[in-house]
Amino acid sequence: MQRTLRKFFPLFVLPTLIAFVIVFLIPFLMGIYLSFTEFTTVTDSQWVGLKNYITAFTANKEFVNALWFTVKFAVVSVVSINVIGFAMASLLTRGIRGTNLFRTVLFMPNLIGGIVLGWIWQMIFNGILYHYEMTLTFNASFGFWGLVILMNWQMIGYMMIIYIAGIQSIPTELYDAAAVDGANGWQRLTNVTLPMCMPSITICTFLTLTNSFKLFDQNLALTAGAPSKKTTMLALDIFNTFYGRVGFEGVGQAKAVVFFVLVAGIAFVQLWLTRRKEVNQ
Amino acid sequence: MKKLMALALTLILALGCLGAFAEETTEIYFLNFKPEIAEVYEEIAATYEAETGVHVNVVTAAAGTYEQTLRSEIAKADAPTIFQINGPVGLQSWKDYCLDLADTEFYNMLSDKTLAVTEGDAVYGIPYVVEGYGIIYNDAIMDKYFASENKSTEYTSMDEIKSFDALKAVVEDMTALKDELGIQGVFASTSMAAGEQWRWQTHLLNMPIYYEFRDAGGENTILTGLDAAEITFSYNENFKNLFDLYTNNSVTAKGLLSNKTTNDSMAEFALGQCAMVQNGNWGASQILGVEGNVVANDDIKFLPLYTGVEGEEAQGLCIGTENYLCVNSQVSPEKQQASIDFLVWLFSSETGKAYVKNDLMFLSPFNTFEDDEMPEDPLSREVLRWMEMDGVTSVPWTFACFPSEQFKNYVGDALLEYLQGSMDWDGVVQATIDAWASERALTA
Amino acid sequence: MSASSITRRRSRNSWLLTILMTVICLAFLAPILIVLMNSFKGKLFISTAPFDFPSSEAGTFVGWSNYTEGVRLTGFFQAFGYSLFITVFSVGFIVLLTAMTGWFLARVENKVTRAIYLLLVFSMVVPFQMVMFTMSKLANILHLDNPVGIIFVYVGFGAGLSTFMFTGFARYVPREIEEAACIDGCGPVRTFFSVVFPVLKPTAITVAILNAMWIWNDYLLPYLLLGSTYKTIPIAVQYLKGGYGSVDMGAMMAVLVLSIVPIIIFYLACQKYIIRGVIAGAVKG
Repeated sequence: MQRTLRKFFPLFVLPTLIAFVIVFLIPFLMGIYLSFTEFTTVTDSQWVGLKNYITAFTANKEFVNALWFTVKFAVVSVVSINVIGFAMASLLTRGIRGTNLFRTVLFMPNLIGGIVLGWIWQMIFNGILYHYEMTLTFNASFGFWGLVILMNWQMIGYMMIIYIAGIQSIPTELYDAAAVDGANGWQRLTNVTLPMCMPSITICTFLTLTNSFKLFDQNLALTAGAPSKKTTMLALDIFNTFYGRVGFEGVGQAKAVVFFVLVAGIAFVQLWLTRRKEVNQ
Repeated sequence: MKKLMALALTLILALGCLGAFAEETTEIYFLNFKPEIAEVYEEIAATYEAETGVHVNVVTAAAGTYEQTLRSEIAKADAPTIFQINGPVGLQSWKDYCLDLADTEFYNMLSDKTLAVTEGDAVYGIPYVVEGYGIIYNDAIMDKYFASENKSTEYTSMDEIKSFDALKAVVEDMTALKDELGIQGVFASTSMAAGEQWRWQTHLLNMPIYYEFRDAGGENTILTGLDAAEITFSYNENFKNLFDLYTNNSVTAKGLLSNKTTNDSMAEFALGQCAMVQNGNWGASQILGVEGNVVANDDIKFLPLYTGVEGEEAQGLCIGTENYLCVNSQVSPEKQQASIDFLVWLFSSETGKAYVKNDLMFLSPFNTFEDDEMPEDPLSREVLRWMEMDGVTSVPWTFACFPSEQFKNYVGDALLEYLQGSMDWDGVVQATIDAWASERALTA
Repeated sequence: MSASSITRRRSRNSWLLTILMTVICLAFLAPILIVLMNSFKGKLFISTAPFDFPSSEAGTFVGWSNYTEGVRLTGFFQAFGYSLFITVFSVGFIVLLTAMTGWFLARVENKVTRAIYLLLVFSMVVPFQMVMFTMSKLANILHLDNPVGIIFVYVGFGAGLSTFMFTGFARYVPREIEEAACIDGCGPVRTFFSVVFPVLKPTAITVAILNAMWIWNDYLLPYLLLGSTYKTIPIAVQYLKGGYGSVDMGAMMAVLVLSIVPIIIFYLACQKYIIRGVIAGAVKG
């Protein structure tokens, strides 16, 4: 079987592979190379070494600010989304009336695209702030918390669904045993539910973390970085660098490489943690 | 057989994609700079196609994103065939794409050849409109004020308002009487939404920069400015004078300005909610186009931007242009010729000129337009009136020498922070000086 | 006695929880309801009184005019058509091609397939900004910047996660059935379509849903490749911001409603699959 199948490589793998190589692999390798060059179109590059990387951090504070803003945002939203998502999941695994309906409603925002979400919340935040004669871009912290709220609204339902699956897969015998030992609600949570949900927790942390880091559409539609680029996140800053100014393409590409290393780093740390845990079990 | 199938599937996927939409090329691709008249251009394109069968694809860049859009569009296979630059600074960025128009009929039509953007003998950009800006005011409301028994200034007509001090006295008195005058504020909203700050970071900033380079001597403030590695921003207080006057006597509270667009401001003026708004004659179509417009044509007038500079009694409106049309030199000669033909048609045929006069409302600098073919909208007439006024000198559009779009945006960001209280005026001054130096260094 | 009091307390708790959840769910729905309400309000009143009901007496109710204006300004139905076309065909190709690739990679094990597999997995951690500029240049050179070409691009970007999921699942599928089919004289192609693909169907549904959610809502990729020539829905929404000088909030609200409604209908119709799909996707991803 394997031997006959092998001859069918061109049919089974090649179409996907060609698309993958053209769309991803070549641009990726070109991207790494171009980050060390100066270019305006991709064909006229000149090697400049690390200059772009230095410029990215020193020409202005925009990249560093975006980096810092993104990290702060990621920490706050990862914690809030997971805590609230887990709380919702534990409320919805008690067999209360309307569980299905609640689950349906809470998950719904996740399906709405980032641009649309951004505009919905911009209208609401500006509506509230109007009474205080302010707007969302009055203060960078408004934009920050606006993004956190938006992200919570979008992601809580998603994380909740994963946590529900995790909680439901815990064998009831464990709770029975805990009840026999006289454990109270809090002890059941910390000694049974949480440890047994660790796989879900790692998945959810990973998903929220990478999504927070890569956030673009929501950022663009909600504040577009205003005021004074103080609410620009990494992805938007990279976009602005590429398309904002002639001659800065190399710097944009260098920022993108830094961004890639960051995101990949998070992913590998995550993978490593999961692996280690699997071994322990 | 099997290999054939495999090959076929791969080919269908790879090549099928290439061809299918590739033949749908547009003959002319016009990248429009002015969102406020986007719909007129779309209508013109349809008319031109009906008349000649040549398809014109009009794409409008969102406010404040022209450079960015042009950058991403021009590298494409289906690149814009007609685009525009803002003057000599823009030419430096786009020279590789600008066709030399010296021998074309389009350039021949230009009345004053010195207006074009040139380098050596080559003509790269042709202005298609002469524009003027200042403070647009509603004469009916002003008359009401001058007739009021409760007013505390001695001025009795707009002819006496010849300086910032006079303007300030009248405006502040009007704010005190705004209920009597039936307005919500003297000035329309100072629009500070992203991409909507150009009236301040570009047009109003023109005043202090013009005076700074005028003092520096030289024939032409734009050329002096292009050579300046740094500015001192010595007239910053004059900028602040007028900017503060706008925002302290505005329809809208300062905290809400970051949401306001130019269209909002023009609507406020059209609906009679305010008496004044800083803008140019291109704003006429916006005022007249607002549903429920209450301002009579004859009541729409212009006042120069008085900022408290000595001798400003003789100062006129800011007259110039930042709109130069270019033809893309990288597209096929057929497309280049088609683009030139379209522009010639727009500015010389009867149908085209009617659009230019009535819908686009351009004061166009072409010899194909007779005197009676100038737009009849109130603001264009006002521009002509100010240009012909004795003893008054127009202010050129010195901002053509600003180092880059980013420079303007940095100033706009600083102004917004100043309005929202997170930066003081010295901060704005410093940000402007720093931005000029760093942007000039980057783009030099 | 004591047992029944516990039951009673528990049922009272359960009612309290239901009420609490109802309140939370209403809060969750509120943003969408506010948008819906404002879509019938005059544009000037949306920023000044976003939480008031539109009323005919106050003159804030404008009927369907925001909808007609929004549809006209954005070319909404055309955008809907492009979004639908791109999503349906991209998802179709992704599911078909990556199912084949995924199965192949699970069955044929050698250095080449392992390298391809690792590359595909690797692509999942690379953020789009990394390849954004070079990819759009390349796509332009290859004339992929049109609604048909973009399907090819989506196959390339979707390949990572989708192949990964198919391979993961195919490894657990017992080989006996395939070998039985093989003995019956079926070639790999017929074996795949008549035996393997039906077994992979649950994964195919998951892959289809994950990719559909991504492609339907994607903004940056179609913006870079299609620009404003062929607007998809997210591009049309964002274009309202600056394309006409100022944001017409009335039209914006109407267009937001129009873009949310199809998603909600789709969601309610395929809820079971969607929720199962995202769980499976998350666990694999």
